[in-house]
Amino acid sequence: MSKTDKKTVLMVLRHSPYGAGLAKAAVDTALASAAFEQPIDLLFIGDGVLQLQPDQDSHSKGMKNVGRQLASLPLYDINHVYVDAQAVARYNMDLSTAAVVTRELDDNEMHQLMSGYDHLLGF
Amino acid sequence: MIYSLLVLSSPFSGHCSRSAAAFAQSAIARGHSIHRIFFLDAGTLASSANSVSAQGEQSAVTDWAELAGQHDIDLVICITSALKHGMLDQAEADRHERSSATISRAFTVSGLGQLVDACASSDRLITFGG
Repeated sequence: MSKTDKKTVLMVLRHSPYGAGLAKAAVDTALASAAFEQPIDLLFIGDGVLQLQPDQDSHSKGMKNVGRQLASLPLYDINHVYVDAQAVARYNMDLSTAAVVTRELDDNEMHQLMSGYDHLLGF
Repeated sequence: MIYSLLVLSSPFSGHCSRSAAAFAQSAIARGHSIHRIFFLDAGTLASSANSVSAQGEQSAVTDWAELAGQHDIDLVICITSALKHGMLDQAEADRHERSSATISRAFTVSGLGQLVDACASSDRLITFGG
């Protein structure tokens, strides 16, 4: 792996946790990134905010619990997690007990955030 | 400019996988370089060696095979997604006791580290599908 210069990466997560395999693939990629010491921040938008729903139970679906996986982000030094405030309001979610600490952003703030990174990784 | 592409969509639904292959062709034609193309989730189906297109139709699988035939390009499929979708090279087929490999030789099976490296080593990383 080339270690020449580290790129700043914002991962944008748009999918609900169990509707497609992409939510899990995204978390795996974020953790892999951190494992290779490449900094990565996360932004949950639209249906993606549902990944942060507290107390998920995926047992009956035979799938891994995405919420529980997200809880391990701080252990990998992934501490900047942003959410789409409008989507959080639309789903009437309370993120105060979510597995990770998030910061809510409005559309303007999300736009500004996205412009500040070398790469956007869309999932 | 150095590009890497991330392909998330199946080559059999929608146009994203074909758009990615077309983008790669155009970028090379304009003198840019493609560091790597990484296939994840259903995107890994692009490596299928046994897919047969209906007459008069062309799927993204053919596009990728053509691209690989014309240029020396690093096409990498994510191992976790690949195994799930039945996309095995000979080593994985042997390891998991399956009767044969199912992917084209143009593709390499590897881990997410290859995507992380693509991020670090490219000026632009473009996601197709998802």
